[in-house]
Amino acid sequence: MIEGISIYEILTLSSIVFFVGVYGFFTRENLITVLMSIELILNASALNFVIINTYLYPDFLQGAVFSIFIIAMAAAETALAIAIIINLYKLVASVEVKDTEKLKY
Amino acid sequence: MNLESFLLMRYEIGLLAVILLLIVFEIFLNKKHKGSLIDIAIVLFTIHTIIGFLPLADGSIFGGMFKTNALLHFFKSTLNVGVLILLLQSADWLKEKVVQQNKSTEFFILLFSSLLGMYYMISSGDFLMFYIGLELATLPVAALVAYETFKQDSAEAGVKFILSSALASGTALLGVSFLYATTGTIYFDAMAEVLTMSNLSILGFIFFFSGLAFKISLVPFHFWTADVYEGAPISIASFLSVISKGAAVIILMIILFTVMKPLMPVWIKVIYMVSIATMFLGNIFALRQKNMKRFLAYSSIAQAGFILLGFLSNDQLGYTTIIYFVAIYIFSNLGAFGVVQAISLATGKENMDDYEGLYRTNPKLSLVMMLALFSLAGIPPLAGFFGKFFLYTAAASQGYYLLVFIAVVNATISLYYYLLVIRAMFLRKNENAIPFFKSQPYMRLGLLLASIGILVIGMYSPIYEYIYSISNSFLN
Repeated sequence: MIEGISIYEILTLSSIVFFVGVYGFFTRENLITVLMSIELILNASALNFVIINTYLYPDFLQGAVFSIFIIAMAAAETALAIAIIINLYKLVASVEVKDTEKLKY
Repeated sequence: MNLESFLLMRYEIGLLAVILLLIVFEIFLNKKHKGSLIDIAIVLFTIHTIIGFLPLADGSIFGGMFKTNALLHFFKSTLNVGVLILLLQSADWLKEKVVQQNKSTEFFILLFSSLLGMYYMISSGDFLMFYIGLELATLPVAALVAYETFKQDSAEAGVKFILSSALASGTALLGVSFLYATTGTIYFDAMAEVLTMSNLSILGFIFFFSGLAFKISLVPFHFWTADVYEGAPISIASFLSVISKGAAVIILMIILFTVMKPLMPVWIKVIYMVSIATMFLGNIFALRQKNMKRFLAYSSIAQAGFILLGFLSNDQLGYTTIIYFVAIYIFSNLGAFGVVQAISLATGKENMDDYEGLYRTNPKLSLVMMLALFSLAGIPPLAGFFGKFFLYTAAASQGYYLLVFIAVVNATISLYYYLLVIRAMFLRKNENAIPFFKSQPYMRLGLLLASIGILVIGMYSPIYEYIYSISNSFLN
């Protein structure tokens, strides 16, 4: 609980973070920034879990534990994505979406 | 906690033992004999599959986080058989292309880890276990999609897959957090009791559903499918379209019919719309494909639309048809992908035009392909017909006649493009047809098992009756 700040303000913040991430995912041209957008989305979800736990259901720690797992999974996901992007960079010497895209219909 | 309750996780423990044994073999095997690891892996997995058929008790452990019942046992065994066929079909590709780079063991470890994730995902009893299982099922596949590290297509497909699946799981998590906000719990059983219809819970459901819809590649979340299937190695495209999609359908069914039952009036509408959109879009895009992998990708999108028909009927018939259709779909698609794999391995050709005149040179392969495609299209004596027929019955029993009509129209459209391939193989003459080649024994066994599956599941009715008798067990 934070003094003077209600749950609405924090949930608004996390929603904004989530949609900034979604917007970035669809508009960014660089694969690394797309990955950063995904981090925003996952962090918004983790924030949501912690806030809901603290403000609404402080008796059990389910939400807090869930957020720890989200952070661990996000790290694994990022590591794998970076590895694949580095491999792509070796092949085409670029991480811009327009240079790497070959598969289209 | 005693041994008996641990043994409820027999499938998971068995698969973990297989993975660990493979690591041990990888460490201690001489470099010259690395090729024999493929045989060892297939033998170990066959043993694991056979053990899977032994009876197992129902129950739940870890305070309800892990649940198991007769339906899940059946489905895990089905997944096992599917993966076994897939291993047999990809053994030659591994032997010819991957062993030289000395990374065939990683292939098996990643594939089995993904299967382990699917086990945990479908037996999960709360959203935390579900999320961990989902990620464990997804991440190794992303590494496998980008497995041919020297090919740009493969790397690009890997990037597309990992980014879109991370977006999907992020979206699903936000949905789960909203559901948690309305109910105060993440356990399926506890949530089912207190979940009520409210704006926040509907929003949570929508986000959660869109996350899972990515995995099943339902329209409008299907954009990654065709690109990833085309770029990935064929066995991985097959794995994604068959095993991964089947597991996601089952967990979607379990969650919708147990946890989200109070929201049923809402999700019925969502499923209705998504089903129509998926069938039409998948079929129309499949019409214009020339590459066989892209063609099968769009055909598998359209099939996912058909599976959704079974969700409209909330009774034993509905559950049975979903599982029955998924089992049939697994075998049919494995047959089709197996033939594409065999031809691609022997000649490197993947386009539909290259298949012209195939019947004259390779009659057996053409017959397997014909069986698989007819089963996917739903031609009477084969399994696919019965699967589709029961799906129509399930939807019609609830009065969705318009939807059944649309589905029949779509089945007709799909018949057209499946017949295009069959016409190319059987009726067209071609001077430069693919020459006769003989596949390796593993590949032939894999194709044979898939064909037997297509024929037997349709004609041997005790299988349907068995699924019917166990299909209620996930509700308890």
